[in-house]
This record gives sequence, C-alpha cells and structure tokens, in this order.
Amino acid sequence: MRMRVSIAAKSCGVALGVVATTFLPSPAEAHLVTTGLGPLYDGISHVLLSPDDLLPILAMSMLAGLNGPAAGRRTLFGLTGAWLLSGVAGYLFGQALLPGTMTCVSFLVLGALTAADRRLSPAVVLGIAVAVGLLHGWLNGTGIAAVQREALGLAGIGSAIFVVVALASGFVMSLRIVWMRIAVRVAGSWVAAIGLLMLGWSLG
Amino acid sequence: MKRFHFPSLHAYEALLALLMLFASALPAFAHVQQGQAQGFLTGLSHPISGLDHVLAMIAVGLWGAQLGPPAVWLLPVTFPMMMAFGGFFGLLGIPLPGVEVGIALSAVLLGLMVAREAKPPLIVAGVIVAFFAVFHGHAHGTELPPGQSALLYSIGFVIATGCLHGVGVAIGVVHKWPAGRVALRFSGAVVALAGAGFLWSAFA
Repeated sequence: MRMRVSIAAKSCGVALGVVATTFLPSPAEAHLVTTGLGPLYDGISHVLLSPDDLLPILAMSMLAGLNGPAAGRRTLFGLTGAWLLSGVAGYLFGQALLPGTMTCVSFLVLGALTAADRRLSPAVVLGIAVAVGLLHGWLNGTGIAAVQREALGLAGIGSAIFVVVALASGFVMSLRIVWMRIAVRVAGSWVAAIGLLMLGWSLG
Repeated sequence: MKRFHFPSLHAYEALLALLMLFASALPAFAHVQQGQAQGFLTGLSHPISGLDHVLAMIAVGLWGAQLGPPAVWLLPVTFPMMMAFGGFFGLLGIPLPGVEVGIALSAVLLGLMVAREAKPPLIVAGVIVAFFAVFHGHAHGTELPPGQSALLYSIGFVIATGCLHGVGVAIGVVHKWPAGRVALRFSGAVVALAGAGFLWSAFA
C-alpha cells in the first residue's frame, strides 16, 4: 500500500514537472515562423546553399585534407573561429573593408594551391584558413547587418562551416587511391578557373 | 613513391552512368530562383553549344588517354585553367586576333595528334593544349550573356568543360585494346577533318 502511494506521488511529481517545464522555456530563437527557418537555420542553409561561401570552404577543406591531419585539425578550428570572429566584427562594424573582388582571389589562390598539391606546413595552412575565414566572415557579418537580420545567423554559419570542413577534409584525408587524390586536384583546378572567370567578370 | 593505378572499368562505368544521368536531367521547374538556375544552366550549356568547342575538348581527353599518366589528368587540368585565363581577357574586353581560326586550328591539330597517336614530351603537349585553350576561353568570355549570375554561370561553365574532357578520357579507355587504338586514331582523324571544315568556314 505504501509502495503504491509512493509510485502515485512520483507520477504526480513527474507530471507536475512536465507541466512546469512546458511553461518555463523562453521562445526558441532558432525558430522564426515569419521566415520559415529562423536565423540559426538561415545561417546553416546560407552556407549550404550559397556557392560563394560553400566553394571556398570546400576548397580550403580539400587543401587541408591533402596536407594531412595536423593541417586538417588546424583548419577546422582556424577557419571556423576566424569566420565567426570576423563575422561578429563585420556585423558590429557594418561596412565592407575590402572589395568583393577579393572573394574571387580567394577562389583562385585556394584552387591553385589545391591543384598544385604542394606540401605545405600546418602553420601555413592555418594562416591561409584564417585569412579566408576573416575575409568571408567579415562579408557575411556586414551582409547580415545590411539586411537587419539577427546576428544569431552567424552561429548557424559557424556550425555549418565546422561540420562541412570536418566531413570534407576528413574525406580527402582518407583517400588512399592515387587517382582519387588526382580527382581532388582536378576539382581544385576547377575552383581556380571559376575564380579567374569571376575576377574577369567583376573587373570587366 | 606510389604508382599510378588506372581506374578500374567499374569506376568508369559508374562515371559514365553519372554523366548520362546529368545529361538526361531536365530543368527542375520547382525552383523559384529563376535567375540563379538560369545562370548555372546557361553556363553548363555554353561549352556544348558549339561543335568546334566540343570536338576540341573531347580530343584533349582522347589525347590524354593515349598519352597515359600523368598527361591523362594534366591536360584536362591545363585546359580549363588556361581557358579561364582566356575568358578573363575576353571579359575584360582585351581583343585576341584570330580567335575563330585558333579554335578551328585546335581541332585540326589535336585531332591530328590523336590520329597519329603522337607522344611528344609532356611539356610540349601541355603547351599545345594551353595555347589553344586561351582561344576557346576568349571566345566564351566575349560571348557571355549579360544579366546572369556570374558565379553560378562560371561554375556551370567550368563543370561542363571538365565533363567534356572526362567524356574524352572515358572514351579513351578503349586504348587498352588493339581495335580500340585503331578506333581512337580514326576518331582523331574525324576531329581533324571537322576542324579543317571549321577552318574553311573561318576564312570563307
């Protein structure tokens, strides 16, 4: 009898807890019904759906992957961190410091380095990753500020970059068959060619 | 040093199936971003819009397959890079004399190389391909339609060019067999004859 009372009391306690917790949460900022996804998911989908950001991320991942695990680890944190920090700074500053043409240069440099497949030290790869992160992150931050969206989108962008870099660089690192590494280099040459065409387009 | 292993027949079959799939894909009418899809699709269809371009690019792949590694991947890397270089000048409005003649000559010369199964030093093969790629790129650069998404157009354009080389390399697999070698040389002669026709019309 005492045991039944104990179970009933516990059940009531759990039920009360559930009811209480349903009233407790503040509105989830990840969701915004007006846009359909909310700033966080807008940030994630921006990275995955915008080739002007996705392409340099993939190219950087390929370069890091070709240069081994140490370069890959540093790129993972260096690119994401620099992108986020620069994004926040760009959001607060609100103005682009460099012309948009610089993104074409980043395509060109990353693609050419991937195509060349020269062994680079992890520190150099980290430096390139940070430079790419600072450049593109700043543009993302100023872009978000320009359309008066929430800065939370940068968190989505950062998390998407982290996942994409981890998966892509890990995949490239795992390639052991020579012709598959060559395919990565060919992809790098395509990125460089795209960058060159973009440069001509923006200067012409 | 790792030895280069030529991809297995299964890999080529998979690649061919993938290319067939891409080739048979219809435009997705569900997209609301008309401009973006148009930019990518226009870029994708531009390199295959002219037979002179198509023949020369496939011939590069065929010649690469005949020459074997590393030319089999080096030539298809060189062509898009140098083509983008030519496109860069075209977009900037810098004139290049005799573009049509250069394109026609590229088909003649590359066709002859395949027909004769010529095996010059790698650097010579690379220079020949790079030289003619500039003419192709310049022609594309000056013909780019206005109002397109530059990045998506460039992505489609470079992917289509790379895939044409891939088709050439895939066809070049028949080089393994004696009858295939004859067929390749014959196809080279056809490309050279077609190039002579283009040359005639360029002067006419």
